[in-house]
Amino acid sequence: MRRTVGLLVLLGAPLYFRRRRDARRERVQLGFDDGSSVTLEDGAPEAERLLALARRAL
Amino acid sequence: MDAASALADLTEISSQVEAAVIVDSEGAVLASTIAEETGTERLVRAGLALVEAADSQFGTGSRTVTELEVALRGGSVFVARQDGLALVARTSAGPSSGLVLYDLGTCLRTLAEARSKPKPKSRSAKKAATTADA
Repeated sequence: MRRTVGLLVLLGAPLYFRRRRDARRERVQLGFDDGSSVTLEDGAPEAERLLALARRAL
Repeated sequence: MDAASALADLTEISSQVEAAVIVDSEGAVLASTIAEETGTERLVRAGLALVEAADSQFGTGSRTVTELEVALRGGSVFVARQDGLALVARTSAGPSSGLVLYDLGTCLRTLAEARSKPKPKSRSAKKAATTADA
């Protein structure tokens, strides 16, 4: 039992922390009418203008 | 269903949505969950500016932006567009993006369907029509 719990923690912890890190990261996601999408990570020059506009709304 | 009821349903279903506004194709506010007019205006202006900027940067003649999420550390801003209506929403930080976008889309679709249906005639209108026929 203890081994199973240890194994779950070992496998789950990196996933949990990755999800938390991703949630805190600033990014822009766009979806288009043709089904395509674009994701811009923080630091991308195209994202800066959109991030600045969104900051006004919060 | 009117825009206010659609927004009420949205905020009931999606607990991550803190504030939301529905606007028509001309930018006129149809319903808002924000009590103050200035707060509504600020969210609408930012949302419409985001779509416009995203369209001019990434849209082409054949494709336009229909949904957008800008995730910030303090929260996220979402915009969904459909059938001449747009929904701008603000959420807490780290929302389930897919779920929120799905809920926004459902809200707009339901409202668009309700708007496209002809309104049932009132009893007095029916009576007047019958009298005019006779």
